[in-house]
Amino acid sequence: MGEVLSASRQREVARALRAFLPARAVLYDEEDTRPYECDGLTAYRRLPMVVALPETEEQVRRVLQSCSAMGVPVVPRGAGTGLSGGALPPGDGILLSMAKFMRILRVDPLARVAVVQPGVRNAAISEAAAPFGLYYAPDPSSQIACTIGGNVAENSGGVHCLKYGLTVHNVLRVRGFTIDGEPVELGSEAPDSPGYDLLALAIGSEGMLLVVTEVTVKLLPQPQSAKVLMASFDDVENAGRAVADVIAAGIIPAGLEMMDRPATHAVEQFVGAGYDLEAAAILLCESDGAPEEVEDEIARVKEVLQRSGASRMSESRSEAERLRFWSGRKAAFPAVGRISPDYYCMDGTIPRKRLGEVLNFIAQMEAKYGLRCPNVFHAGDGNLHPLILFDANKPDELHRTEQFAAEVLEKCIEVGGTITGEHGVGIEKINQMCIQFRPEELELFLAVKRAFDPAGLLNPGKAVPTLARCAEYGRMRVHRGKLPHPELPRF
Amino acid sequence: MTLEQLQEAIRDAAANATPLRLRGGGSKDFYGNEPRGTILDTRGYAGIVSYEPTELVVTARCGTLLSELESVLDGEAQCLPFEPPHFGPEATLGGCVAAGLSGPRRASAGAVRDFVLGTKIVDGRGRLMSFGGQVMKNVAGYDVTRMLVGSLGTLALLAEMSVKVLPRPAAELSLKLEMPLERAIEAMNRWAARPLPITGTAWLEGELAVRLSGSQVAVRAAREAIGGAALEPAQGEAFWRAIREHTHPFFSGPEPLWRIALPSAARALGINGRTLIEWSGGLRWLKSTAGASAVRDAARALQGHATLFRAADKSAGAFMPLPPALARLHNELKAVFDPASILNPGRMYAER
Repeated sequence: MGEVLSASRQREVARALRAFLPARAVLYDEEDTRPYECDGLTAYRRLPMVVALPETEEQVRRVLQSCSAMGVPVVPRGAGTGLSGGALPPGDGILLSMAKFMRILRVDPLARVAVVQPGVRNAAISEAAAPFGLYYAPDPSSQIACTIGGNVAENSGGVHCLKYGLTVHNVLRVRGFTIDGEPVELGSEAPDSPGYDLLALAIGSEGMLLVVTEVTVKLLPQPQSAKVLMASFDDVENAGRAVADVIAAGIIPAGLEMMDRPATHAVEQFVGAGYDLEAAAILLCESDGAPEEVEDEIARVKEVLQRSGASRMSESRSEAERLRFWSGRKAAFPAVGRISPDYYCMDGTIPRKRLGEVLNFIAQMEAKYGLRCPNVFHAGDGNLHPLILFDANKPDELHRTEQFAAEVLEKCIEVGGTITGEHGVGIEKINQMCIQFRPEELELFLAVKRAFDPAGLLNPGKAVPTLARCAEYGRMRVHRGKLPHPELPRF
Repeated sequence: MTLEQLQEAIRDAAANATPLRLRGGGSKDFYGNEPRGTILDTRGYAGIVSYEPTELVVTARCGTLLSELESVLDGEAQCLPFEPPHFGPEATLGGCVAAGLSGPRRASAGAVRDFVLGTKIVDGRGRLMSFGGQVMKNVAGYDVTRMLVGSLGTLALLAEMSVKVLPRPAAELSLKLEMPLERAIEAMNRWAARPLPITGTAWLEGELAVRLSGSQVAVRAAREAIGGAALEPAQGEAFWRAIREHTHPFFSGPEPLWRIALPSAARALGINGRTLIEWSGGLRWLKSTAGASAVRDAARALQGHATLFRAADKSAGAFMPLPPALARLHNELKAVFDPASILNPGRMYAER
């Protein structure tokens, strides 16, 4: 019965959109909608009822107005590289692709800003700014493909966050529409916009508060030079302590990354980055700035790491070598994809001092679930990416992987960290939200959502679980032995 | 004072619909619209909860004196990167975050909101909630913490906050150059587009002051690139403190003080009065008797906004009015956090 109803609903919705969108911009045949069934989290797939591909702000406004009037859910999507299922389509709604918003509207070298459409790729902004000696700092590993609109939705990071910040630190303004098609502009090129910081609220809101149609980003001067120091450690915990020692010495490197032995072995076969395969862990520490400044900082870092027990160190002697050192780290995910049929990437953040404890815990989980798990780590800011290797074709492996991941995420919360540092909650970590937040906090998130989207049509069911869902998951944090709202049904 | 006492005070006020005026040391009483309501003094809820220099995070209660916090950080050669103005020795961390005001370093380091990682709040119903945390990267849930920065206590009491800190720069040097206004705006923006360690700019009456901070080598190289005359370290430090704390003679006098934020490369505002420019052109202080609508229209025409910062008469409203769509969202959010509308009513905008 559902099938029949949804087919007529599909025709009705497509017809409504065709009133103002050209035929090629409204997709509903399965062969056309199939490419949109998932984002980078491929374990979750669902065919959207209709895909809309608007090209103008006016078209976006009308899509939202129509959906709002018809009560049709809308899920916005950039390049679909997200890793938490944030762009998983609604089976009964519209997948709103922003892919056609590809123009860089303005690069202002004097004011150091770029105004771009949301479908512009992250790396394309830096390319456009390069002739002026400027760049856009956040560099998620998917930067050649991911779009700035998606970065805004997820508050994306990258390997240079410790020094240069996340998306929220580098976006000055967004323009867009609420679900009822009302235009809003949050933030401004001028600092400290009046009123509540709704820009901060919108960034990282996973497409649940508004649809962004224009973004103003801050551009930074390109550093004159950069060097990477690679250091080997015989023990993972020592490597973790060495990171704290660098910070304690008053040094904030441009990048500070760690990989454990299983991770270096995987990438070395794949790209030949020249990593020390004997080491239990390696650290990559980048310094940038004026050449003298870089020499000075690298020398200080070397001294610190020597004292912290580095067994081997080598510094990049050329730009080519620097890029080669990074190539391994940046290729970690695809490299792991070559040694295992499937892998599952986690994204917890922990206080750095708890690194040893968390890595030991992960090793125990490897034994418990019989699955391997190499680790790559944005060590400078405590953001951990354990990669669980599995084979989806083997019975039960995906299930074991999910249980493994859930235990690790809960461990991250236990040590004072968070379930997601930069990939977002999406659909993937929605159950763990029930553990990280108390019911009244989740309720507040839901109320914030309603302030922007009373009918709950924009990316419904993502990022913030309902209390009912938490009750079902059975892991709601009960405050002082009392469930809030005992009158609510639990199932 | 305990957290429970603060919660109870707010719960009682909500039950009786009595407006509360959340207040730390009162150093920013002048900021925003006129405070109303029974004072809820937060100074009793004070103290540093945790501080681990290698994690680059300090967590402290709202009543903690800003000066005390800064001296503890200084002991570990670290600092609050946004260099907040105190506006009085009694300034507290809670007031600093609630006001959301940043100092000279803002253009290079970032604003208060860029460094607040997590908060424990008491909302307008007296409920205790936690958002964000103590880690640098955290995208679980909406970023309620950053939204509360600068909300002037109108949404919740910020009871405890975790703030990212950074190493204090190894070297610092201040320079002064003679330069007319238009050229100074261009020079500040051109320098900012180069990898120079500029952490403060202030233009006033034909003189541009530039502060450099970083490693010895970086500061030395930048000095060559910029030129001008170097100040003695103590003199430089006193100058930036006076700019930050508004004790510089520019800020005296009876005319209203406007805080005008513009895109950094915007031309001069063209309103009669005296001007001091900071943040590479992004912040223009204006001492002027010009009417509020003239000042705001001029700021709006340059894609900026004007706050009536210090004035005997704030009947024009301290903050630039919001467009209707944003005003509606503000009202909705106010109702979410503070349904009885008791927290600092009207301090930011008149409620509906």
